[in-house]
Amino acid sequence: MLSQEEKAEIDKELSHVPTKQAACLGALKIVQAHRDGWVTDEGLLDVAEYLDMSPDELDSVATFYNLIFRRPVGRHKIFICDSVSCWITGYKEILEHLHKQLGIRPGETTPDNKFTLLPIPCLGICDHAPAFIIDETTYVDLTPDKVEDILKEYD
Amino acid sequence: MTDTGMETPLTKNIRDDRTPMTIDEYERAGGYQAVRKALSDMSPKDVQSLVKEANLKGRGGAGFNTGMKWGFVPMGDDAPQPKYLVANADEMEPGTFKDRLLMEGDPHSLIEGMICAAYAIGASVSYIFIRWAYHLSAGRLRKAIAEAYEKGYLGKNILGSGFNLDMYVHVSAGRYMCGEETGLLNAMEGKRATPRAKPPFPQASGLWGKPTIVQNVETLCNVQHIINNGADWFRGLSKTDDGGTKIYGVSGRVNRPGAWELPMGTTAREIIEEHAGGMKDGYRFRGMLPGGASTDFMIDEHLDVPMDYGEIMKIGSRLGTGTIIILDDRTCPVGMLENLEHFFAQESCGWCTPCRDGLPWTEKLLHAIEEGEGEPADLDRLEAHCTWLGPGNTFCALAPGAVEPLQSGLKYFRDDFERHIKDKKCPWR
Repeated sequence: MLSQEEKAEIDKELSHVPTKQAACLGALKIVQAHRDGWVTDEGLLDVAEYLDMSPDELDSVATFYNLIFRRPVGRHKIFICDSVSCWITGYKEILEHLHKQLGIRPGETTPDNKFTLLPIPCLGICDHAPAFIIDETTYVDLTPDKVEDILKEYD
Repeated sequence: MTDTGMETPLTKNIRDDRTPMTIDEYERAGGYQAVRKALSDMSPKDVQSLVKEANLKGRGGAGFNTGMKWGFVPMGDDAPQPKYLVANADEMEPGTFKDRLLMEGDPHSLIEGMICAAYAIGASVSYIFIRWAYHLSAGRLRKAIAEAYEKGYLGKNILGSGFNLDMYVHVSAGRYMCGEETGLLNAMEGKRATPRAKPPFPQASGLWGKPTIVQNVETLCNVQHIINNGADWFRGLSKTDDGGTKIYGVSGRVNRPGAWELPMGTTAREIIEEHAGGMKDGYRFRGMLPGGASTDFMIDEHLDVPMDYGEIMKIGSRLGTGTIIILDDRTCPVGMLENLEHFFAQESCGWCTPCRDGLPWTEKLLHAIEEGEGEPADLDRLEAHCTWLGPGNTFCALAPGAVEPLQSGLKYFRDDFERHIKDKKCPWR
């Protein structure tokens, strides 16, 4: 069941668009934000019912977009840019350093459920490559030393 | 920025730290004058004609004349309603970071451009479709939109003109395909972001089947300046036939990566050497993608070509987004292409077979060559893909764009490919 809070937020999305389906990605993001950062089958069914969509159709949309998570994720998501400018300026070094420090590869979550590491296409901050985003904070001009300090902020 | 702003209309209000102007500051700097002028002195068709005459071309990469595009929207009392305007702020072309500068630094500029554009096509609802990664831009735009509503530049009966316009920020859930005009429309409708067949073009049947214009952020930010200063002034800003200034950018191993507003038609040499401070010590220039990942490589001999839509086309590439990605001599061109084709293969929406199956194939071939497991015939296979995935063979422009760096890379860096295959290893490792 959608909570009152979730419903209120989805209703706000609905007020900007002429069809219920148009609010479905917004609704999935709302449910994701309220429920441990990912959309469970139950969450998907709740949204589908509320927006008069079939669960299959909604899932086909949900799984298309890389920022809707249909699997569990850690408390913090590290989105590391793996596109060309970051690749040229040292993305691999940063990725190796994250692996050394956290023991995870792209797509994996640390055993303490603290971090999930996800590759993401170009973050549009190529003049300060290499870069990553943790949750909603962007970190730029990364070096291995800098990464170590940044991760400490999440202790 | 130092000059009076007449030469750099897009960035004149942008401070070094990008703290945006409030609406009061923006108005004091001449902001929203174009909305007043258009709504009181000009008909929508007047605005369309003026923008067409200014030769403002779409800054998202396609380079189509903006005023001409608006001319396809049905006008008059029996036109379908509501009509929509969408700002394409899904800046996901790898190597591109120009619209971020405009939205973070001067959000009111986009809003004003959108009001003028919406008036020109008679749109009453507008959306800013922005990528998730641009949290700061989205927040600043929301605040600026609220300010514009409060001052009566948005909402019902704007400045007493009878013109109505609502504006909303729509944050994307990801995927490069959302930047493709019709993929974006499907995403907004809550569907998978696959491309639509054209015709019908969005101008006639777009969002929810209504007339819709989708326009890049940088394009829209030019509109108010054309209204304020005229078509001749706008064309005069450029060094070539394509009107206006351009936000150019450089990333890679240069001394000062960044973005600058310069006359349209500035050469790559000037951009790289004067504005980006030249190559870093110990790195030599080998080539560049002039406007994002989906443009053909340019090399030394092209550095003095004016960077505009027409001139770059003549040397077999495209201006694209105008943000340059530099390949230096310490970076492997095969590895770079593997990275690029990985991106395109991953971002293919899967709708049409050549793109869905062909792009992963190119990635695998490039990976094999890079790992020292390539064979001479792989180069022919890659060449063949450049044809099979080229214009006319796929449903949208994703795959044709994907093979642009590949076909030119095979041409300009042939020796490097052959060395990988002969030595059975990457010479850069």
